[in-house]
Amino acid sequence: MVTKDLSVSLCGLQLANPVVPASGTFGFGLELADSFDLNVLGGISLKGTTREARFGNPTPRIAECTAGMINSVGLQNPGIEVLVGEKAPALRRVYRGAIIANISGFSVEEYAYNCGRADACPDIDLIEVNVSCPNVHAGGMAFGTDPASAASVTKAVREVVRNKPVFIKLSPNVTDIVSIAKACENAGADGITLINTLLGMRIDIHKRKPVIANKMGGFSGPAVFPLALRMVYQVAHACSIPVMGCGGVRRAEDVIEMMMAGATAVQVGAENLRNPMACPEIVAALPALMDSLGINSLQEIIGTV
Amino acid sequence: MQKRIFHIESNDAVARDTFRLVLRTDGPVAVRCGQFVDIDIPGYYLRRPISVSDCLPDGVVLYYKVVGEGTKVLSALAPGSPLELLAGAPGVTPAPQRSRTDSITGLGNGFHPEKCGSDALLIGGGLGAAPLYLLARELLAAGKKVTAVLGFNKADEICLTDEFRALGVPVHIATMDGSVGTRGFVTDAIAAAKPAFDRFYTCGPLPMMKAVCAALSAPGEVSLEERMGCGAGFCYGCTVQTASGPRRVCADGPVFDKEEVLW
Repeated sequence: MVTKDLSVSLCGLQLANPVVPASGTFGFGLELADSFDLNVLGGISLKGTTREARFGNPTPRIAECTAGMINSVGLQNPGIEVLVGEKAPALRRVYRGAIIANISGFSVEEYAYNCGRADACPDIDLIEVNVSCPNVHAGGMAFGTDPASAASVTKAVREVVRNKPVFIKLSPNVTDIVSIAKACENAGADGITLINTLLGMRIDIHKRKPVIANKMGGFSGPAVFPLALRMVYQVAHACSIPVMGCGGVRRAEDVIEMMMAGATAVQVGAENLRNPMACPEIVAALPALMDSLGINSLQEIIGTV
Repeated sequence: MQKRIFHIESNDAVARDTFRLVLRTDGPVAVRCGQFVDIDIPGYYLRRPISVSDCLPDGVVLYYKVVGEGTKVLSALAPGSPLELLAGAPGVTPAPQRSRTDSITGLGNGFHPEKCGSDALLIGGGLGAAPLYLLARELLAAGKKVTAVLGFNKADEICLTDEFRALGVPVHIATMDGSVGTRGFVTDAIAAAKPAFDRFYTCGPLPMMKAVCAALSAPGEVSLEERMGCGAGFCYGCTVQTASGPRRVCADGPVFDKEEVLW
């Protein structure tokens, strides 16, 4: 077998391979450092971080579904200063790949502040902005559900981040994903990550109440893969900035499929929760799969469908 | 953590809706009392965390209750069936150097039998009795005296009492309907039996453990239960607020000092 080239170029960052654990499904990386060699991962997207520390939502935060799960963790995190002062530097000591800070906020000002702090941290390589948070100044409507507000976050962040690529992570809970992606691109985004989770719900029919304490949560898992793939395809073809594909990816075949649809890198989310070794297993399976498909370089297949 | 294949040696009903599952694997097992394993049930998305009731040289004994579809499927699996468990790995060995001869441990932080002075009181509610069995064995091995108080709703749910007695542990039973032992709660049985103890350990329904902690002034440890995502500390799906701030039940617990729990 010819040596396979798994590397991809993402906004000037050279990733050893396109496989990146998605934010919220891999802690701050170090939680898994004793389970496998983290350096097999192309990048790691860290747990979503806000300006202040947050406890998150009450439990139960997790509900099982057919081919997936709902989570309503509620952005539990230690706050931006712990991310840039402790979490990212600690991960950098053991990890050479791309460290991605996932930034949340409840106002445009908070997004800009948090991203500025992440920009100043030498251990962070890329900033991923989660626009699925509710805008406290607009009745709680998520920033990412409206092109204008998604663009306003992107613009504010882009003005403060000088040294790093900025990706906007989009919510699929919208009518027209392409219009939102294009608004972010026009506002200066360097890339798009999609998709975040789909708003879902389960009811315990014995207790006659929602399984999740917060009633609803984000649905993810293999069931959402076709929907995520479709959105990646639409956005990658409509925009000229790179896309990180995310949603329902559980095996090497899904990575190839996402890349053919237009993704430059591919995030693995819920699957980490049922199989903490999912990412290294996918990376290990890629060369043989590439060989069987006649692919020598992953970079070559991006957006070829 | 690590994924390991175990095979079912036996999977038998021992009380109403309650099964005893014996699993064996091809390597040494060294689970500490109060730890759990996370079982992949074929056809279900998330694993099922189940506390370890006893540790065998090459296996584990688990008790589980059929409460939903996943555990119903589990109860129908025949001896010989493989099950993939997420388990712990000795933290000192980096993943690349780990060999198959290294022990398999449990997940999470368990009970602290070493903190008991001379006499331990174990208080279980329902299947909460299960992890207390391995705790009793470790306490006895360290030369401590052990008394168990176990509460059940009805007589047909009683399990593990013979196993505790076989260790030489006095067992006091409370049933809500009074069909066996003291009528009422475990706290009623404790008041009736008046056991001597300098430390207590409890596992069972939250209201029971709250009542136990309110009634007993001795130092105590509480094993919490939460719906989990990853079971290994990185999804933050099972976080509870404690006196020391947010703690993950799976990785920081499941066992906490009673003072830590905010009822």
